[in-house]
Amino acid sequence: MKAFTHHTGIVGPMDRVNVDTDMIIPKQFLKSIKRTGFGPNLFDELRYLDQGEPGQDCSSRPLNPEFTLNEARYEGASILLARDNFGCGSSREHAPWALEDFGFKAIIAPSYADIFYNNCFKNGLLPVILKDSEVDLLFSLLFEHEGFELTIDLPQQVVRTVSGEIFQFEIDDFRKRCLLEGLDEIGLTLGKAETIKDYEQRRMAAHPWVFGAIK
Amino acid sequence: MSSKTLYDKLWDAHMVTQNDDGSSLIYIDRHVLHEVTSPQAFEGLRLANRSPWRLDTNIATPDHNISTDTEERSGGVAAIPDETSRIQVQTLDENCDFFGIKEFKMNEMGQGIVHVMGPELGATMPGMTVVCGDSHTATHGALGCLAHGIGTSEVEHVLATQCLVTKKMKNMRITVNGVLSHGVTPKDVILAIIGKIGTAGGNGHAIEFAGQVFRDMSIEGRMTVCNMAIEAGARVGMVAVDEKTIDYCHGRRFVPKDEMWLQASAYWRTLVSDDDAVFDREVSLNADDIIPQVTWGTSPEMVAPVTSSIPHPEAQPDVERRQSYQRALDYMGLQSGVPMTSIEVDRVFIGSCTNSRIEDMREAALVAKGRQVADTVKQVLVVPGSQRVKAQAESEGLDKIFTAAGMQWREPGCSMCLAMNADKLGPGEHCASTSNRNFEGRQGSGGRTHLMSPAMAAAAAVAGHIVDVRPWLKDLGHGETL
Repeated sequence: MKAFTHHTGIVGPMDRVNVDTDMIIPKQFLKSIKRTGFGPNLFDELRYLDQGEPGQDCSSRPLNPEFTLNEARYEGASILLARDNFGCGSSREHAPWALEDFGFKAIIAPSYADIFYNNCFKNGLLPVILKDSEVDLLFSLLFEHEGFELTIDLPQQVVRTVSGEIFQFEIDDFRKRCLLEGLDEIGLTLGKAETIKDYEQRRMAAHPWVFGAIK
Repeated sequence: MSSKTLYDKLWDAHMVTQNDDGSSLIYIDRHVLHEVTSPQAFEGLRLANRSPWRLDTNIATPDHNISTDTEERSGGVAAIPDETSRIQVQTLDENCDFFGIKEFKMNEMGQGIVHVMGPELGATMPGMTVVCGDSHTATHGALGCLAHGIGTSEVEHVLATQCLVTKKMKNMRITVNGVLSHGVTPKDVILAIIGKIGTAGGNGHAIEFAGQVFRDMSIEGRMTVCNMAIEAGARVGMVAVDEKTIDYCHGRRFVPKDEMWLQASAYWRTLVSDDDAVFDREVSLNADDIIPQVTWGTSPEMVAPVTSSIPHPEAQPDVERRQSYQRALDYMGLQSGVPMTSIEVDRVFIGSCTNSRIEDMREAALVAKGRQVADTVKQVLVVPGSQRVKAQAESEGLDKIFTAAGMQWREPGCSMCLAMNADKLGPGEHCASTSNRNFEGRQGSGGRTHLMSPAMAAAAAVAGHIVDVRPWLKDLGHGETL
């Protein structure tokens, strides 16, 4: 897994509630058997005026001028500022893959859908949770100041503005540690193989029907 | 704490070890795989030179992107015309063959939508932990198991370790007491629940559906309800085990027999929340208040009774909600204040992991029988959830009822629920759909989805617009009620 410690970057807005993973990466791109290359199709239906198809060269497609993230001032954005329940709907990990491939390193929102939130950590993408009022304030700062940047400091669990405002955020210890160290979670779990085998033996004795039926 | 909820019991039974950092290692009994969210996980295994921890836990089938057209399906995988789709289905076949994982291949008896196939084969049973790279995995919770969707990284993690690193969710109980009135279905119940608690209402919680309505409900009805827990924000939805659960499981292919059946079913009967168990959150609804529901917007929470009118955004107290209501109306091309029944439909979709089981097919056929699809409706797709559902429906003559009414009877798959294959809406088209998501573009770019029950969707197909199905069902004897 990719590590995340600190990041400073331009902030881009996604100013609507309940952004679903179909919106983040539409289904036609889910036919890919790779983990990479989804960035050009991030928010495809909002971002372009035509209908996107897999394998297309997106550089010549007509951009939707009304889609905020297409504005020149947000070019190179690496932190996405979003609203409540970001990433709801489908469990597709293609959503964080697309955000990451586009260049986002972190998201800031008041809340996330559970599966999406979990998926972000597997890809070195930090989903920061701030209070509603703090997200409101950041949106107004973002719209006022062109080139608005934020710094996210994971060890300290803070978001900082250039002018020095600080917003503290909470994160589970285990998720924080995995991100900071870029740990291979599967490797870590396999380190407990004996414990898993012990459990499995006990379960096989108690609930034998769970084992062996599918061949 | 001696009193436990059903979720507490399932969690405790699967706890391998608690880690120092507050997370837990949870053992996974059943892992269901499909073509869309597994290829990158298998690739990860190969790259790290790892192999599956156990083989007899995994079961796979293609469902999301395969064609539902009988002629196209008859050519087999090699004949799938779209190259990327073909490669994805072939990749599942190759991965399952290579690693030795049991797969029901595209045209094989047993194949179906993952969440129809699992319970139908008895591959998912009460008391299990069940995961799948698909958010509608909560469906299996209808059997009293702990089932939820995972991402592809976790698919790889489960393949390699048979475990997940996770944190316990909070307990939430949604109680619906009373008796559903004539023509009100499980789909209406879950839509009404989502309308009440909102699409983020269950975030961070495992929901147990309780009360007389769920005790009275069939197992397939419970699956429809649990299926859409994720549309209320909850990864997990479940119903406690009762005799209906036990009866449903009995005799299915992968369910134990003889002595082991007695042992298993005795254990399963303990899978209920203790009487004095405490839930972090309780919500209740009355069955009397639930009538057929239809979504008008672009989130499942944008739902209203069929007898009502499209809401006014300005009546919403919250600014963000006003904006999202207005945006939804603009996308849907609808006006506030207009009756729901005035919405005309261009296409109708009866299927998906929410509503493609035999009871759903019967429900739709009851309405379609002896009637004709309206001239203004371009297409009505009836897509059974599995090969077995298809065979059963055909043995009951349901396919003939549908085709006589002018509907298309298709091959099993996810179809127009997510429109990964050719079954999709055109821009601006309205669809009466029995699926689970009405997101922008979900059923096709620019498509406009109205979620409802199979009976309501069949009625919309005949009327050409959204319509209250209840008067249509009045003449039916109670033996035939929904």
